[in-house]
Amino acid sequence: MNLLLMEYLPLVVFMGVALVIGLALMVAPFLVAVRNPDPEKVSAYECGFNAFDDARMKFDVRFYLVSILFIIFDLEVAFLFPWAVTFKEVGAFGFWSMMVFLGVLTIGFIYEWRKGALEWD
Amino acid sequence: MTLAPAFFYLFAFVTVAAGFMVIAAKNPVHAVLFLILAFFNAAGLFVLLGAEFLAMILVVVYVGAVAVLFLFVVMMLDVDFAELRAGFMKNAPLGAFIGLILLAELVLVVGFQMVRPGALAAPSAPIPAPGSGITNAEAIGRVLYTKYVYYFQGAGLILLVAMIGAIVLTLRHKEGVKRQSIAAQVARGKKTAIDVVQVAPGAAIVPPARASQ
Amino acid sequence: MVEVWSWSEIWQGFLWPLLVMAFWSVLLLVVLLVVIAFLLLMDRKVWAAVQMRRGPNVVGPFGLLQSFADLLKFVLKEPLIPAGSDKGVFLLAPVVASVLALAAWAVIPVNEDGWGRWVISNLNVGILYLFAISSLGVYGVIMGGWASNSKYAFLGSLRSAAQMVSYEVSIGFVIITVLLCVGSLNMTDIVNAQKTGIGTRYGLPASALDWYWLALLPMFIVFFISALAETNRPPFDLPEAESELVAGFMVEYSSTPYLLFMLGEYVAITTMCALTTIMFLGGWLPPLSVAPLTWVPGIFWFVGKVVLVFFMFAMVKAFVPRYRYDQLMRLGWKVFLPLSLIMVVAVAGVLHVFDLAP
Repeated sequence: MNLLLMEYLPLVVFMGVALVIGLALMVAPFLVAVRNPDPEKVSAYECGFNAFDDARMKFDVRFYLVSILFIIFDLEVAFLFPWAVTFKEVGAFGFWSMMVFLGVLTIGFIYEWRKGALEWD
Repeated sequence: MTLAPAFFYLFAFVTVAAGFMVIAAKNPVHAVLFLILAFFNAAGLFVLLGAEFLAMILVVVYVGAVAVLFLFVVMMLDVDFAELRAGFMKNAPLGAFIGLILLAELVLVVGFQMVRPGALAAPSAPIPAPGSGITNAEAIGRVLYTKYVYYFQGAGLILLVAMIGAIVLTLRHKEGVKRQSIAAQVARGKKTAIDVVQVAPGAAIVPPARASQ
Repeated sequence: MVEVWSWSEIWQGFLWPLLVMAFWSVLLLVVLLVVIAFLLLMDRKVWAAVQMRRGPNVVGPFGLLQSFADLLKFVLKEPLIPAGSDKGVFLLAPVVASVLALAAWAVIPVNEDGWGRWVISNLNVGILYLFAISSLGVYGVIMGGWASNSKYAFLGSLRSAAQMVSYEVSIGFVIITVLLCVGSLNMTDIVNAQKTGIGTRYGLPASALDWYWLALLPMFIVFFISALAETNRPPFDLPEAESELVAGFMVEYSSTPYLLFMLGEYVAITTMCALTTIMFLGGWLPPLSVAPLTWVPGIFWFVGKVVLVFFMFAMVKAFVPRYRYDQLMRLGWKVFLPLSLIMVVAVAGVLHVFDLAP
């Protein structure tokens, strides 16, 4: 077993312990608390009305756009991580190569801005 | 130590099982949640291979970003299950065809390695030996921005195209939305905000109609 | 080939190390949860003090035991599962939220001394792991909101998801600027890199001036505000805006499922405080490297700094009004994103031109 994996074993154990704590808290009231559900209690809260219809409605496509833009910038950040770590090793060429990459994406960002994709209305 | 194989079988089994559940689950949201489980276990497999950087990037990008988009999409769709099932038989040949292509590719890759072992094991950049003190991220960083600069810039262009494509396809502006201009609000001073007028006793002044903004 | 292991070999090579790991994990988690119980009380006390109230003062002296009383109360309350909900996902969501939030603490180092690094798992990619875990925080919210099958919960979770991903981007760029100055993804290395900096360059002893809050001051501010938004703290608590969405995604939750969401939220806040401490406030390093201060064990400095950052979180909650949603999105995408992008280029440029890179 190599050293790298030895660092991950405590992580797994830690997550296991955290999971046990979470599950224990989750299960506890089902064991000790009074359970006395009735139709009024278990209906969805809607300011005192009965629910008009299913809550899972269609929503604005804008959320979808935000999520796509997030993926793109997240990938950009993912590309920056190894660059930040090897900043010295890759030297001037690596520096300018990343500047070009960021420049291309800045063009996209300016396009977004001018198109109004960042407006929330 | 036998822990590594044990974890490998655990992750591999859960990945495959979750992958099966992705296509077997009736509720699309459950399918996406199983997909996330599969991603997690794939990240675990990456860690077992020693590719910790890739494992973390897989979680950041796929679980943290792509799966959120998937969830949005399946939550946004009005899914009609009867219609989905009706389309199943119609699309089955196409699905089977793509499945066959993937299977053929897998057979080719595995078969190739069996016929000529070692042919694929010669990477163009040396992989740092474990224990040399060079981490995954450094090893990638040393070649990605210099040796593979064209691929890297290509990735940047693809991201640009994706950005523009997403905007062209989904951006719809509502009509008649009043937007807040913070700069204009802050720039508003005494001169633009206040009109001082003299009103003679007993008289009235009708304010002039303002030019709409 | 089947190897036959003796009982002592299994004990020596397997069970004992596992027990040691489990011991440290339990220790860290228990200490963390107790600290959070008091941080929660501090949050309420600070908020009360700003409003000239007294805050919780009944349970125990000065209300010190309030959080523990709350825990007992939550456990004894009836857990309700809405009839229209997706029961499996409904119960899974709080567990996911709290366990993911807790999992972040596995890589956070709290001290380094003669005994080694005080961290559960000294990953090479520690900060990336934290970035990954914090980007997963959105799942508990989405799953809870969707599974509840309630309109308020659904709207709250959508808002929250869009908000969290928007600020995730600027947090990513801020982390990059710090990494440029450090040259390693390891959390302990990030703290150790702050032993030298602006102060030592001018011949001063190692002090608080070396930490990155000064060198990267704009990024420190961006990170602090983004951390507020990322953890849904006021003034960015739109997902649970009481006045419009009642309680947002948590509206259908009661008893310990609700407690787990709250726990996850406060653990995430504490994680962000710890991350701020590690990246910008020099972790466990003393504010001035002179004799009486260096005798204090690092863990006290670390906890003290975390509490200080948490105090700032609490003060912001007390005196900043809530943002409107379009303002929130504008701040994230049109102010922080370009600012942090420019700072990445600027920091890289300075490091490159003056050849300061590590």
